[in-house]
Amino acid sequence: MTTHYLVLSALLFAIGGAGVLIRRNAIVVFMCVELMLNACNLAFVTFARQHGNLDGQLIAFFVMVVAAAEVVIGLAIIVMIFRTRRSASVDNANLLKY
Amino acid sequence: MQSPAEIVPHSGGVIGVSWLMIALPLLGAAILLLGGRRTNKWGHFLGVAMSLGAFVVAVLSFMELLGLDPDQRRRGFELFEFIPGMVNLGMLIDPLSISFALLITGVGSLIHIYSVGYMSHDRDRRRFFAYLNLFVAAMLLLVLSDNYVGLFIGWEGVGLASYLLIGFWQHKPSAATAAQKAFIVNRVGDFGLLIGIFTIWTTFGSLAFGDLTHEVTGQASQGTLTAIGLLLLLGACGKSAQLPLQSWLLDAMEGPTPVSALIHAATMVTAGVYLVVRSGAFFEAAPTAQLVVTIVGVATLLAGAIIGCAKDDIKKGLAGSTMSQIGYMMLGAGLGPAGYAFAIGHLITHGFFKANMFLGAGSVMHAMNDEVDMRRYGALFPVMKITAVTFIVGYLAIIGFPLLSGYYTKEGIIETAMHHNAILGWLAVLGAGLTGFYMSRMVFMTFFGKKRWADDAHPHESPAVMTWPLIILAIGSIGLGAFLVLGNRFMTFLSPAVGLPADVPEPHVFGVGPAALATLALVAAGAAFAWFRYGAAQVPALAPRGSFLTTFARRDLYGDALNEALLMRPGQWLTRIAVFFDNRGVDGLVNGLAAGIGGTSGRLRRVQTGYVRSYALSILFGAAAVVGALLYVGNI
Repeated sequence: MTTHYLVLSALLFAIGGAGVLIRRNAIVVFMCVELMLNACNLAFVTFARQHGNLDGQLIAFFVMVVAAAEVVIGLAIIVMIFRTRRSASVDNANLLKY
Repeated sequence: MQSPAEIVPHSGGVIGVSWLMIALPLLGAAILLLGGRRTNKWGHFLGVAMSLGAFVVAVLSFMELLGLDPDQRRRGFELFEFIPGMVNLGMLIDPLSISFALLITGVGSLIHIYSVGYMSHDRDRRRFFAYLNLFVAAMLLLVLSDNYVGLFIGWEGVGLASYLLIGFWQHKPSAATAAQKAFIVNRVGDFGLLIGIFTIWTTFGSLAFGDLTHEVTGQASQGTLTAIGLLLLLGACGKSAQLPLQSWLLDAMEGPTPVSALIHAATMVTAGVYLVVRSGAFFEAAPTAQLVVTIVGVATLLAGAIIGCAKDDIKKGLAGSTMSQIGYMMLGAGLGPAGYAFAIGHLITHGFFKANMFLGAGSVMHAMNDEVDMRRYGALFPVMKITAVTFIVGYLAIIGFPLLSGYYTKEGIIETAMHHNAILGWLAVLGAGLTGFYMSRMVFMTFFGKKRWADDAHPHESPAVMTWPLIILAIGSIGLGAFLVLGNRFMTFLSPAVGLPADVPEPHVFGVGPAALATLALVAAGAAFAWFRYGAAQVPALAPRGSFLTTFARRDLYGDALNEALLMRPGQWLTRIAVFFDNRGVDGLVNGLAAGIGGTSGRLRRVQTGYVRSYALSILFGAAAVVGALLYVGNI
């Protein structure tokens, strides 16, 4: 009965991934990353339920903690980039290359 | 047939300190070379004193040797262990080595004295004497060593001294080139000698002359003995300027004239003859090698004589004559014990009359502003009588004028060769006739005829320090041959060292055999022809073009051309091919690899675009690939 949850999780993950690849606004990309993380959380929780143990639930908490920390750092970086370049487009921040 | 005597261990006496013969000149060379300019003032006196000191030791050793019984006259003693368990350096004083030591130190001292005068205007006179002393020391080490290793060290030492002295005037490119040529050609010979010594060591396990007796060598196979003989002969050919390694000797005349006299006429070039005679135990056991020695000797004596016929440069003419005379010695040395005494005897008399003539030529050059072209000489007899008379004495000795030195020793070689093999004998007679021609030509062109001097030439007799050695050498050229040969004196003296032939011929004061008469007739004909061409007739001051044969002889029988075509050109091709392969092959591979990697990485780095999206896509593809691979593996 958990298949639907897994399908939803996969859909959310795919939407997030497509957003990361397609969108230029750093904030939106960031939100898509969060979406992917949460899709993973959903999968973890679903599998935990399916297998009847708590490991997946546990991992979901860890992922949330990491995501929260990442949001703090990531948003700070994006704000700094926006301040210096007056743009939050990830395509404009392409100086680190060959 | 009598074998050489055993070597008797010796201690005490003058022979016990005979190493002084080597040490004194070596010390002189060291002082003069290390002392530098401080020794400029008295350097030449030190050089002469050291050489004379060695001569005194040699004479005293000789006296002591004469006081012993003939079969006790091989005295050996060890100096020190050179290579522990293998080679001990020691001295061997026997009739053969003491004969050489007397010649080297005696003629060497006279040439030292002469050089004091000859080199008096040279700024580098001290260095010259240092090298002369070094040469004398090395040459004495060569002949006095009791084994092949010591001999080889001396052998290389004389090669070095010869190189330094030929190139003494190194500011002249021709002298520098000649020195290198001599050194390189000698390397070929040294290579043969070295391999020969290695072969002796591996075959017999010893390098001491005392161990390598006829009984020992007789046990080796014929092939090994022939190989050893031929390798030693190659070494001898290099040092003694025998065919095919003769080409350096004529160019070596670039050195100062006393050097030509000391090294390239009287002493060093005879080292090859010494080697062959000293290695008699090998050659006598290998008839093939002996035959090759005689053939080399005859070929060289003819080649040298032909070259001598066409040279206008007085020193080069004498150099050709040296080659030719050493050819006679080689021929004698290849004839076994019967020829040894004559070969060594001729070597000693030749040392005297050739040094005499070389120094005489130096005296003439000294008087004629260093002119060497005989076509610019002529009518020098009245102005430099001592030089002329001594030169003519040497000349009479070398052509084998009856009762003079060369007559006895050369006649002995020809007679022995005739007895051994008639073809060799008659070729040697022919060579004697050629000698009569080219030496007469030299004398007539230099001392007789009309003046053809350069305008600024004011010839004068040389100072006494130069003429006295000439006079002493001339006396040796007159009497030494008869003294050595008559009554088989020298053969008897030498026999403990080299053995005695089965049938000892009875020498005569004036030979009347067919060979002797033919030789005399040919020599007289040659001299008469030379008189007709160069004495009576006008000699052109510029060399005429001459026939094909003249050009052939002037160009040293195309020896250099042959070496160039056979050795130099293929060598150049080889190096060119190697350079091409190195540039294109090896370098190409390395550079190509580096360029390939550089180019590829230059293209690959374009992948890093700086767009986060493309990185994310790569990660996605990578993750998908990993997942796909895991699924694939999981399915198997």
